[in-house]
Amino acid sequence: MSGTFVGMPAFPKAAHDAVRDTTLRANLRHATHTIRDKRAVAVAELADWAALREAGRQIKDRTLHHLDAYLVQLEEAVTAAGGTVHWASDAAEANRIVADLVKATGETEVVKVKSMATQEIGLNEALEAEGIRAYETDLAELIVQLGEDRPSHILVPAIHRNRGEIRDIFASEMGEWGRPAPDGLTDRPAELAEAARLHLREKFLRAKVGVSGANFMVAETGTLVVVESEGNGRMCLTLPETLISVVGIEKVVPTWRDLEVFLQTLPRSSTAERMNPYTSMWTGTTDADGPTAFHLVLLDNGRTDTLADEVGRQALRCIRCSACLNVCPVYERAGGHAYGSVYPGPIGAILTPQLRGTRSELDASLPYASSLCGACYDVCPVAIDIPEVLVHLREKVAERGGPGHRLEKAAVKAAAWVLDHPAALAAGERLASRTRALHPKRLPGPGASQWTESRDLPEMPAEPFRDWWKRNRT
Amino acid sequence: MSQTSRDRILGRVRRALAEAPAVREPARAYLTAHAPDDPAALLDLLHENLADYRARVHRATEGELPALVAELLDRHGAATVAVPPGLPPAWLSATTAEQRHDEDTPLTPHDLDGTDAVVTGCALAIAETGTLVLDGGPGQGRRALTLVPDLHICVVRAAEQTVASVPLALPRLDPTRPLTWISGPSATSDIELDRVEGVHGPRTLQVVLVTDA
Repeated sequence: MSGTFVGMPAFPKAAHDAVRDTTLRANLRHATHTIRDKRAVAVAELADWAALREAGRQIKDRTLHHLDAYLVQLEEAVTAAGGTVHWASDAAEANRIVADLVKATGETEVVKVKSMATQEIGLNEALEAEGIRAYETDLAELIVQLGEDRPSHILVPAIHRNRGEIRDIFASEMGEWGRPAPDGLTDRPAELAEAARLHLREKFLRAKVGVSGANFMVAETGTLVVVESEGNGRMCLTLPETLISVVGIEKVVPTWRDLEVFLQTLPRSSTAERMNPYTSMWTGTTDADGPTAFHLVLLDNGRTDTLADEVGRQALRCIRCSACLNVCPVYERAGGHAYGSVYPGPIGAILTPQLRGTRSELDASLPYASSLCGACYDVCPVAIDIPEVLVHLREKVAERGGPGHRLEKAAVKAAAWVLDHPAALAAGERLASRTRALHPKRLPGPGASQWTESRDLPEMPAEPFRDWWKRNRT
Repeated sequence: MSQTSRDRILGRVRRALAEAPAVREPARAYLTAHAPDDPAALLDLLHENLADYRARVHRATEGELPALVAELLDRHGAATVAVPPGLPPAWLSATTAEQRHDEDTPLTPHDLDGTDAVVTGCALAIAETGTLVLDGGPGQGRRALTLVPDLHICVVRAAEQTVASVPLALPRLDPTRPLTWISGPSATSDIELDRVEGVHGPRTLQVVLVTDA
């Protein structure tokens, strides 16, 4: 995945630092609580929500089950409509294809609508290396790009930034990239949005190449769908002469009719709206309307490996609504950056280690970045059982073994002996209570310290519960 | 190169699914519509939901439409208006704004950027979600027309163009046409989730629901 995340520490270390950043925690808490409350209202408007969720799950499962056939059907339909389809096994190949397509136009800059797939493959960096500048045009992505930052949320990539921070970034950085921010820019959201409008409009009007992802691809008709709010998507999809869309192979749906499910569940789950302000749908190219050349790059990059895992493949149902992020107690405190991936939160914790494997310390730590409370499963509009996959991935990581897991076994064995010997347990408890002033915040030694680095140890009570009970109740 | 990747990916998909148990045809136990099947109630719902997402909504008869369009253009100080091919000339018969027709010589992006407003019809409107759907048909024009000018006035022929829901809208649309679904004006919630209208699309969306009487 994206080179931006190379060298990231494992989740416990990253989270350890993030939870102590009080500004970050306040920004995140405000944002996630606002959006989760609104979402609940939007969902409650539909009496048939459970049936829509089940239909979404079944449509996606069926799609995955016949993915080869639907991809071939999609390719035929897109080609028949005047588009060109490319297949990319991995990030390097996808980046190569896009760079070559841009070079063939003779252009050295592209405008981009926010796309998880292109972030995943690190397209901007790859284009940069080829002398091509990619401009992000989603307001939040612009904030991230200007701030030389990384996105921290699927839907609201700059969720970790407050208005004051955004003002400072715009005032100091916009001039480096084009039209500077107006003098005397304040931190009012309307003014900040206006500054982004003026800054980006000149880029939209001269852009010859647009790059996008897609929310859905319809196999039956070859239609691509992008949902968005700001109109930057419409700008990128319609004003340039060449449009290049990079889309994960799991984004296909079989029929035009299937959109009736996802266009009801996606906006309500993600932005808590009945419908997002703009939805664009296009099929190949159209005479005298929009780009004259359309290229679709179908991206694997680990998806077929994920598909091969019978428990884990349900992660490919994901429609990137980000509802799971907004309800997750771990995400709310640790923030998106701690996950070290473009896919943060609960879905990231199962998607990332499947897409790129668990060889790195970071990726092996992600299945543990959860309290397994299940809130993510409850809100998921395609019913991905995230806790089930987390446990499954933990098993896989544990099976490979390692010092942590040998110690765990020894600890459990010791605990079993103590619990079988009540006198020893009582003596231990009393000793623990009497020495509590001396207790460290963290346990020493490998294994135990890994646990307590990312969790505060509970404070020991002044006396053991069983002593208290004896004194008061017997 | 590309051919090998295609074969490799399809091969991996087939291997991944070799052991997978069969899946059933999806059950569609959800509702076709949530709104009552009553034209007047549907129109009220459309009106309410459009307004809820900060579109300005008006009602007019066919006869009142030209004067209303002229007044809306005037109210926004629109001196120039883009006109898609096939727009009924009567709709703009009362305005003094300069009309820029997007016909033989298409307006360039810069032309559009220098145009204050656009007036269009639509393909249909969805009441439950407060959505207008444009399909590039007569009176709607290409997608850039309703994107670059800052004011969009959209006329809905209420009786024949209003549907209740998304499931009822899709069968009436042709997926091979470029489609734009519009639910309120351009908006962002990227700054502390405060909603701000008008980032890159038109900052103002005026909708006229044309009723027969």
